[in-house]
Amino acid sequence: MNVHEYQAKTLLREYGVAVPPGELATTPAEAEAAARGLGGDVVVVKAQVHAGGRGKGGGIKLAKSPGEAKQAASEILGMTLVTPQTGSAGKLVRSVYVEAGSQIARELYLGVVLDRASEKLAVIASTEGGMEIEEVAAKTPEKILSEYVDPNVGLHGFQARKLGFGLGLDGAQVKKFEAFLAGLFRLFVDKDASLAEINPLVVTGDGEVLALDCKLNFDDSALYRHAAIRELYDPEEEDPRERAAKELDLAYVGLDGDIGCMVNGAGLAMATLDMITVCGGEPANFLDCGGGVDKETVIQAFKLILADENVKAILVNIFGGIVRCDLIAEGVVAGAEEVGLSVPLVVRLQGTNAEEGRKILAESDLAIIPAETLQEAGEKAVAAAGGR
Amino acid sequence: MAILADANTKLLVQGMGRMGQFHARLSVEYGTQVVGGVHPGKGGGSIDGIPIFDTVAEAVAETGADASVIFVPPPGAADAILEAADAGLSLAACITEGIPAQDMLRAKAALAGSDLRLVGPNCPGVVTPGQCRIGIMPAQITRPGPVGVVSRSGTLTYEAVDQLSRLGIGQSTCLGIGGDPVIGTTFVDALALFEADPDTQAVVMIGEIGGSAEETAAEFAKTRMSKPVAAFIAGQNAPPGKRMGHAGAIISGGQGRASDKIAALEAAGVRVARSPAAIGETLAEAAPSLAG
Repeated sequence: MNVHEYQAKTLLREYGVAVPPGELATTPAEAEAAARGLGGDVVVVKAQVHAGGRGKGGGIKLAKSPGEAKQAASEILGMTLVTPQTGSAGKLVRSVYVEAGSQIARELYLGVVLDRASEKLAVIASTEGGMEIEEVAAKTPEKILSEYVDPNVGLHGFQARKLGFGLGLDGAQVKKFEAFLAGLFRLFVDKDASLAEINPLVVTGDGEVLALDCKLNFDDSALYRHAAIRELYDPEEEDPRERAAKELDLAYVGLDGDIGCMVNGAGLAMATLDMITVCGGEPANFLDCGGGVDKETVIQAFKLILADENVKAILVNIFGGIVRCDLIAEGVVAGAEEVGLSVPLVVRLQGTNAEEGRKILAESDLAIIPAETLQEAGEKAVAAAGGR
Repeated sequence: MAILADANTKLLVQGMGRMGQFHARLSVEYGTQVVGGVHPGKGGGSIDGIPIFDTVAEAVAETGADASVIFVPPPGAADAILEAADAGLSLAACITEGIPAQDMLRAKAALAGSDLRLVGPNCPGVVTPGQCRIGIMPAQITRPGPVGVVSRSGTLTYEAVDQLSRLGIGQSTCLGIGGDPVIGTTFVDALALFEADPDTQAVVMIGEIGGSAEETAAEFAKTRMSKPVAAFIAGQNAPPGKRMGHAGAIISGGQGRASDKIAALEAAGVRVARSPAAIGETLAEAAPSLAG
């Protein structure tokens, strides 16, 4: 789960991590008041959306007076912000974060991530702040510093100091960096984060170490034990269909093609998308409907798939293992009848009682296109969508 | 004798809830020696003739069990894994989906030095056809034979097994290693076991997007394996930054793309099926002597 920058910074403050003072605003007048409250020579008005690269899309503006902050907020609020991470559709900006300007001497990068390869928590730092860390890693790997932390032991002070001195900080700055990283790491572990990125981490003219931007991701599987983090969920930031699927406990990812898919199991669902592509078609979605495929699941899944106007055909691909295919077939027929399908439906049943299942499909009043193998299912779905 | 489990395996079921009971029954029907269930607070009773114990240690002392299958819900699953290790089991397959990633990170680190081999979590388990069923796989679709199957996914494993069986090619052991970011047994571990197993003559490996386990496995296959390996990588057109069902199936930070995995495997001499419908055929091409 992602959170907004202002929410992430509130968490950082709770853990003693230094961030500039700032306030959330949802109207230009609030932004003006926030800027007045912050004082100083300059404030930064930042669009609050779940995407990086906001500055490039005009979502971050400097303001030298409360009046300018008001003006900047009125330009940003309500805009559809397009950044390299939002896709061409962009994201509607509903709030801005008004933050005190910082006198920046250096821009650095600091991140904490669960590293799958080493099965440790990795702390990554770089002198190349403000850039995409993947790009830095690809082009100048020598500028990436990393420390791996045993999850049962925790971060050592020396690890933080190695990174701090490695970044070229002086002794006093390293002390501040050590405290900064210790707080960030504690937050990461306490709240079951999966990614924490401070980019840039800045050193100010007077030697302070501050988080200028912050991105936090939390492990969905651990949200059950973090009520306060769950509260930070912003449904407006999610694709509406993915949000609806989440509420139904279905794993759905919208894609750009025209063949809707419903499959049991994540691996087979990915393979079904691959099959469609191999056959010359384009999938409209990934949808893993889980182990038990009953009438209710089928109805909900069909509704979700059909909410995408691009869908010209649906492919149901079920490998019945423990669940018998005849029961699945009954669910598919009942579900399709209830929804009143308007597009061709290709159904492939394989596994336990597959033949009985196919018989139920054939005897139904619906014009279901049956398929036996994965290959046949892909070809028939592509043909039904009018492809090739 | 296959890998990990055979007719001599004595299995415990940790977490005798609805799902645990259901699959315990299916395993018994398949001929697996299910010697006990562990459900704290229900010790002393029995379910479907299976004696129930409060702790794994007690169950091991009473039954001589050497393996377990874990159905404990996510908040207690990592603890259940460590309990299995503490009791001296040599194998635990954790079926539970949705264990917090940092719980698994800590549990995996704590397992270092123990005798337990963990399979999963978020996996379908282990089946040695005709001998032993651990987990939730539909064992009836498998048949005994010379091909080891290892996969990050459940239903896609069944698809691969089905394709093999249709070509008259049976399996030595089918193993799902799980779709989570942190798992016990890796592809490399499984490949090493299959390489050392005299009953396995070739291996089917089914990977998917996310992480770099397939790349590591490619290196292993190239340098350490004599047996042919055929592979498929699911998620060839998955968009970056989106979790494709499994917690671990995500392309992030430019890592975990199917194309990179396929390239690494092919460079290592592994034959990779481009179509998921061609997994069986690809194995038959990689190991022509096995095709029926």
